[in-house]
Amino acid sequence: MKQTSTEEVGRLTGILPWLGTNLSRLFVSLFVPAVTFYVLLVVFRFLRDGQAPQWVTAIVAIIWGVGGVLALFLMANLIIERFPAQWKRRLTPFVFVGPALAILAWYLFIPTLRTLWASLFDARGEKFVGFQNYVYAFTSKAMLESFRNNLIWLVVVTAFSVGFGLIIAVLADRTHPAFETIIKALIFMPMAISMVGASVIWKFIYEFRPPGAEQIGLLNAIVTALGAPPQAWLLKQPWNTLFLVVIVIWLQTGYAMVIISAAIKGIPAELLEAGRIDGANEFQAFFKITVPYIRGTLITVSTTIILFTLKIFDVVQSMTGGNFGTQVIANEQYSQMFRAFNFGRGAAIAVVLLLAVIPVMYYNLRQFAQQTEAF
Amino acid sequence: MASVTYENVTKRFGEVVAVNNMNLEVQDKEFLVLVGPSGCGKTTALRLLAGLEEVTHGNIYIGDRLVNDIAPKDRDIAMVFQSYALYPHMSVYDNMAFGLKLRKTPKAEIDRRVKEAAEILGISQLLDRKPKQLSGGQRQRVAVGRAIVREPAVFLFDEPLSNLDAKLRVQTRAELAKLHLRLGTTFIYVTHDQVEAMTMATRIAVMRDGILQQLDTPQNLYDHPGNVFVAGFIGSPSMNFFDATLVESDGQLFVDGGSFRLEVPEDKIAPLLPHKGKEVIFGIRPEDIHAKPFVPPGIAKADMKADVDVTELMGNEIFVYCLTGNKSFIARVDPRLRARPGEQIELALNMANMHIFERDTELAII
Repeated sequence: MKQTSTEEVGRLTGILPWLGTNLSRLFVSLFVPAVTFYVLLVVFRFLRDGQAPQWVTAIVAIIWGVGGVLALFLMANLIIERFPAQWKRRLTPFVFVGPALAILAWYLFIPTLRTLWASLFDARGEKFVGFQNYVYAFTSKAMLESFRNNLIWLVVVTAFSVGFGLIIAVLADRTHPAFETIIKALIFMPMAISMVGASVIWKFIYEFRPPGAEQIGLLNAIVTALGAPPQAWLLKQPWNTLFLVVIVIWLQTGYAMVIISAAIKGIPAELLEAGRIDGANEFQAFFKITVPYIRGTLITVSTTIILFTLKIFDVVQSMTGGNFGTQVIANEQYSQMFRAFNFGRGAAIAVVLLLAVIPVMYYNLRQFAQQTEAF
Repeated sequence: MASVTYENVTKRFGEVVAVNNMNLEVQDKEFLVLVGPSGCGKTTALRLLAGLEEVTHGNIYIGDRLVNDIAPKDRDIAMVFQSYALYPHMSVYDNMAFGLKLRKTPKAEIDRRVKEAAEILGISQLLDRKPKQLSGGQRQRVAVGRAIVREPAVFLFDEPLSNLDAKLRVQTRAELAKLHLRLGTTFIYVTHDQVEAMTMATRIAVMRDGILQQLDTPQNLYDHPGNVFVAGFIGSPSMNFFDATLVESDGQLFVDGGSFRLEVPEDKIAPLLPHKGKEVIFGIRPEDIHAKPFVPPGIAKADMKADVDVTELMGNEIFVYCLTGNKSFIARVDPRLRARPGEQIELALNMANMHIFERDTELAII
């Protein structure tokens, strides 16, 4: 009897502080964001309309940008702190992940939806045409050629980049460390060159001048020196696609090599020694110990390069512009969108490319997740 | 089954001499333990035998066959690595069968040998698992199993127990000794742990700085260490060493350490006489120092007084850290002794087990 009464008293006396804390919580929750937003807005107006010297604007912008992000985080955190413990625990992650999600949604998710929408309309985005653009994307001559070429790109670039990368990584691992560094630096070097830059370099290699003229292209210089007539390499179907493919193999081998090399360095020396004692020769050790051990890395590198080749654009654009039977999906999309100004078709091709990329991406991500627990 | 011979074997890594002119004969069916502190060249010696390193000078024979230029796989050896080096992408069964498959052993024969080895090691129920699903002890067994199925002439072990916890290590030690008896093959075993060496070895080779110090049976190594290093390395706690002089008075020979004077027993006088008056190192093991009144009868005792520094009760005995002069030493005494730090106690040393080493060469005189 006595116990219940004290409990009630306790509850009664608790009401005032309870009211107090919650009112102050409410106040803070409303007041702090309001002030924060107001300050940010004032500075934004200053940046937009202010006539201050440029360097002042720049400094204010930096402070506004960095400080603004910080202020927003602190504010959100402050609000979360007001909540009961259970809710606090539930909401805190969103304070930190939320802004990233919002930006992703704004810059990726919404544009994707808009592209999907645009793909159902005509060239100028005015008339609804249903799946007509997709019919074009799957049946037109240009797109069928693109599909074929992209498949060639995908298979050949991936196979050769990963293959060469693996072989070079293994061989370099066995040379003198100083020599290894030099080899790897040389082979990795093309990675530092942009796609267009690489195309410029390779244009000189494939350069064609009519017979009789001086050949400044490396390949034709060799061919004519051997007595054969010069060739217009980039016009020769179906080989010209392969000549373009070579450029990207040259670029990507370095990437594959560096990643694979790191994985090979991670193989314990004792494992290969155990293999040697067990009776494995070099080839058996390579295929039965080294390759299975770095299998995860090989898959990751392969899928990354597959993704890359599916989206291949720059080299084709700058070497042939997609002419002479070298068209690829991304370049066809570019042509439709920015040459023909057919936004409907361009969007439809973009969606097709996205659909082609998604499974590879999904596999790639799953592989990344699995690698954290290695075997 | 085979013997192993190291003949003037030297291994250099650049300027560093890892193994220095080593001569060693391992007999057929012997369990030889190479022991020494880390960096003493014991693992290199083993790797030279395995063919994982090439000798700089000298010859290595397995049986009568010179193996200097023979590939590891053709040396008829199997090795258990410190890290076990199991193939992570293969099941236990495939790990054990790998070497046999490479040798094109018939399937049925592989199956028989793997199952038999798994039976011996008690890992039959683990054959389908991957190494990462096994505990440390189970991995160690698989590594041993991978060696057993090969039925090699010589087994090589490179610190195979160092990744196990203390209890499992003791248990596995006994099992390896049993395995050696059962297989009747030559075992060469590298460790830095003198207890492993003492408990398992037929003979022990003690190494230091690439040089083979002494090769003998465990008991002989313990009773008659050839130099100060071996004396200090074998036995735990280590032997106590004192700088001392041999002096003669009244027809008796004494070990004079300044703060103590110990009578040399009759039968040890003769070999020590030539060193009379010289400075020597006197060595005595902690277990040969007794505290009065708990002195066993029938020992050649010599008395000594010392101050107690610290005591450690082990239950069956007490380690007493004593001081004489400024020199600290350890005695393993009867647990009934009640000695407090700071007290003076009376000790009796069993001089029958005394050791005397030359001061400059550190070689044993007796």
